[in-house]
Amino acid sequence: MTSTQRTSFPRQGVRETAIAVKTRFQSASDVLSDCLEEIARCEDKIHAFNLVLDNQARQRASEIDDLIARGIDPGPLAGVPVALKDNICTREIATTCSSKMLERWIPPYNATVVAKLQDAGAVIVGKTNMDEFAMGSSTENSAFGPTRNPCNLDYVPGGSSGGSAASVAAGFVCCALGSDTGGSIRQPASLCGVVGVKPTYGRVSRYGLIAFASSLDQIGPLCVNVGDAALICEVIGGYDPRDSTSIDEPFSGLLDSCDKGVDGIRVGVVTELLAPASPDVQAAFTKCTDKLAAIGAKVDEISIPELSYGLAAYYLIAPAEASSNLARYDGVRYGLRVAGQDVESMMRATRSAGFGPEVKRRIMLGTYALSSGYYDAYYGQAQRVRTLITKAFGRAYESFDVLLSPTSPTVAFGFGAKQDPLDMYNSDIATIASNLAGHPAMSVPFGLGANNLPVGVQVMAPTLGEAVMFQVGAQIEGLAQ
Amino acid sequence: MTDQASRGKISREEVVHIASLARLGLDDGELDAFTRELGAILDHASTVAEIDLRDVSPMSHPIALSNVLRDDVLDECLELEDLQSNAPDFFEGKFRVPKILDEP
Amino acid sequence: MSSDSLEGWDLVIGLEVHCELDTNTKLFCGCPNSFGDSPNTNVCPVCLGLPGSLPVLNSRAVDLAMRIGAALHCDIRPSRFHRKNYFYPDMPKAFQISQYDAPINCDGWLELTTGKRVGIERAHIEEDTGKTTHLGESGRIQGASSSLVDYNRAGVPLVETVSAPDMNSAQEAKDYVSELRAILVACGASDGKMEEGSLRVDANVSVRRSGSKELGTRCEIKNVNSLKSLGKAIEFEAARQIAVLQQGGTIRQETRHFNEDTGETSSMRSKEDSHDYRYFPEPDLVVISPDEAWIGGIRSGLPPMPAERRALLGSKCGAGSPGTPSSNQVSTVVAHGLDALVLGALDDGADPRIALSRCANEAVARVDAALHLAPTSFSRLVTMESVGDITATQSKLVLGEMLDEVDQKLEELGGSTGGFGGYFEVDPEAIANSKGFEKLDNTTLARTLDDIVESNPGEWERFLAGDEKVAQFFVGQMMKSTRGQADGKAVISLMNARRDKKG
Ligand SMILES: [Zn+2]
Repeated sequence: MTSTQRTSFPRQGVRETAIAVKTRFQSASDVLSDCLEEIARCEDKIHAFNLVLDNQARQRASEIDDLIARGIDPGPLAGVPVALKDNICTREIATTCSSKMLERWIPPYNATVVAKLQDAGAVIVGKTNMDEFAMGSSTENSAFGPTRNPCNLDYVPGGSSGGSAASVAAGFVCCALGSDTGGSIRQPASLCGVVGVKPTYGRVSRYGLIAFASSLDQIGPLCVNVGDAALICEVIGGYDPRDSTSIDEPFSGLLDSCDKGVDGIRVGVVTELLAPASPDVQAAFTKCTDKLAAIGAKVDEISIPELSYGLAAYYLIAPAEASSNLARYDGVRYGLRVAGQDVESMMRATRSAGFGPEVKRRIMLGTYALSSGYYDAYYGQAQRVRTLITKAFGRAYESFDVLLSPTSPTVAFGFGAKQDPLDMYNSDIATIASNLAGHPAMSVPFGLGANNLPVGVQVMAPTLGEAVMFQVGAQIEGLAQ
Repeated sequence: MTDQASRGKISREEVVHIASLARLGLDDGELDAFTRELGAILDHASTVAEIDLRDVSPMSHPIALSNVLRDDVLDECLELEDLQSNAPDFFEGKFRVPKILDEP
Repeated sequence: MSSDSLEGWDLVIGLEVHCELDTNTKLFCGCPNSFGDSPNTNVCPVCLGLPGSLPVLNSRAVDLAMRIGAALHCDIRPSRFHRKNYFYPDMPKAFQISQYDAPINCDGWLELTTGKRVGIERAHIEEDTGKTTHLGESGRIQGASSSLVDYNRAGVPLVETVSAPDMNSAQEAKDYVSELRAILVACGASDGKMEEGSLRVDANVSVRRSGSKELGTRCEIKNVNSLKSLGKAIEFEAARQIAVLQQGGTIRQETRHFNEDTGETSSMRSKEDSHDYRYFPEPDLVVISPDEAWIGGIRSGLPPMPAERRALLGSKCGAGSPGTPSSNQVSTVVAHGLDALVLGALDDGADPRIALSRCANEAVARVDAALHLAPTSFSRLVTMESVGDITATQSKLVLGEMLDEVDQKLEELGGSTGGFGGYFEVDPEAIANSKGFEKLDNTTLARTLDDIVESNPGEWERFLAGDEKVAQFFVGQMMKSTRGQADGKAVISLMNARRDKKG
């Protein structure tokens, strides 16, 4: 099994890199060259990227170096190599969602987060692989082949932001952006042993994020440490007039909260989310909570029975919204077209050829859930469950500052291990509740489980509770060392 | 698997109808598989359908915002080349499609 | 349809009127809302439905929708948007963002000029679709080899006003649409141009035996592009339904297409499942929840509505009761928002009949320019005609040139009339002078008449003998000789004076 053993490791973090570049200890071009070399060495085995932007990235890095040479501060991410999940629109750079449907589509505009990263001095290195249209938990649903877990190539990296997690874990970049609809940042972060953050819904603009389920989607960072993730959140977050659901609240001070400790912080362990986890994951998790208690946190168990409805509600709401969001891929304006005698046949042929099986499955499920006669029983009812869960969380947060659970019920699993869709959907059991409620949540690596694969601890907080979430997350990171 | 299909809440005819609504052309194998899988998923989802939630209001947005409006001022439009380069069939400045059989 | 074929039957009509709102930009993006630009130039990621784009609601569209609601005496309420999902090439996202279970306006009414009130069920906001044209010999959807789509119109803000089924004749339906149109224009919500598709009408028509309380099965007629078509379409459809029922058949609820050329309605081919729109709340938009202050501001800021303005103008002009020519002129002037011109002229002491005629006959044909003509300029023109400095014919010519000048000035502003609300002063005397329009003195008039009488002795004899028809011949000849400077009335009175003298 030597060929599958870990050969690549995370590189230095975002802040270290930016400081090195700003102080001219290392040029942005050199940082980038290191990245590109590492990609050249290992990408064949890992397949984190759909596209590596060699020339464009080099040009951008040298622009950053020019600015620094002229005494101009390029911003907090000066020369930091960043990867973007391939569902984040980049102007004049292919954005495929790992789907045949968009294989040749070139967006004529940038997502708001892309503009913000560029304004902060980041260097965009490439577009990362993902489950097609972000539907999946293993990155096996990519139309362009799966991504492998850098920790052990025999295992999946998780998903749907599997390419982003792998690109950070493999040391290809300092940071990657992913999107999280039901755990798609946190679960791959957990499986690849990196930090992944899903901010409060509305904190980070969705403008330019290709929609899966609009009321659940949120962009967030995957990084090698908690402080870096806090910085990236500050850079990409904030009000955006192009996103009507964007929150008009300052998104700052996160980095400062990383140093505050957990003395007196009330930590709730959600029994319903711990119970489904495998023994190895439970063991690592319990070690984490014990250590938190030892440094002054008030750790207690809490039962939130309403969360048991989360998975079912999620698998009605997300497909319903997806069925509508993905209806625009009809072969008329952009993307794939497969010829047909008449316009309806053309649309049918295009959509049949352009979407993979999981995407079709969810479109079918969502169309059914919204169709006349079933709306109230399925979609309407699932929206009520959402209220139920949000209220239950609200009660829990009266007694606790943060809630904890394992991010994923298991460590990384093997390719093809989850053939039954429901089995795969169960990977999201601990993460979806935060999406349903719109709350922030993050995954922090803590120890190893079966097969020496990473375990992630999920820290959940109430709406706009990122500060306390980072506060606890940073301590868990410290305790894991 | 036959067990699951019979337990499922969706018939093959319904699957055909849903595929037509969603403009997906499915072959026999796909129709069989989806009938089975959707049945199982819906079976699981029915745990939600069975809860008494008459007094709970539905939540369509995670954050309750209101009156998010923009001023009525012009913004940039796309260039025709941006449209043309991505279009499957662009003709005289318009998107060309095969003949349309139905009115909307 | 003659009224007797309706005997024994009642007609029940409800109308759905789509009105394009007169905004600078589209409903959810900053693309220009303008008609007639070259295809696919007014599009952006949002209105083209590009992956990743998101809608943001235009505040002016909401204001205008609320104004419409206020003018139609509606309840203005908290509202939200839904997605209406269906596939069609003119729908960039394959769903239309529309209001479904919570429209912004509901439960209002509109009063027809006859005094009858028609209920308004709702007036909600939605986005328009793109426009499809068909390649092939017919230019129609049937038999076309392929179709072309232009998305300039996609995302243009619409308000759909749905009436109760309160109308009982084609004439009432036409009256309803003209009154609604006038109200929409008065609100500043629409330019009211049916010919450009700014206003589109769908009619729900059903028939029932006279005296029956039960509603018959209705058919929805689409593609009605003018008031005349609306009348024809309703009459044809009612006759068709009655014929079917009289032969023992039943009416199938369906959508029917009105053919302008044949004047007939025909069943539209549509799929059985096409009405499962799978509505659900639009997650990318938040609720509109206007507070009392906002609604109050809209209601109090509403300009006078057509009924009130007709009453005012009618009384000032001494117009007759509804249906008389002068009353019709008043309605026309008000419907086009040109009453300020007439009122201005009246204040300056001009002849009301002349002011009304110039406005209702000439200015209305060029309403875009007329709306930007300073009332003082119009007033000077009407006064010149009233005191006889220029003739009616000359006055029309001068007005034409005045409006040309306004058009030219608008052009200089960038061609768009949408954003500009000001007036232009144009000097009618300068135009009249430049054309050599001067009042002919009586001597010249008499001398010219002498010449014409001399060349046409036979006709003159007939006139003297009392043949009034030949009088018009002399007026025509006088106009010709004086290049239009002669005043027709003055010529007639001169001729009459001579005949009287002879007698
Ligand atoms: Zn636009």
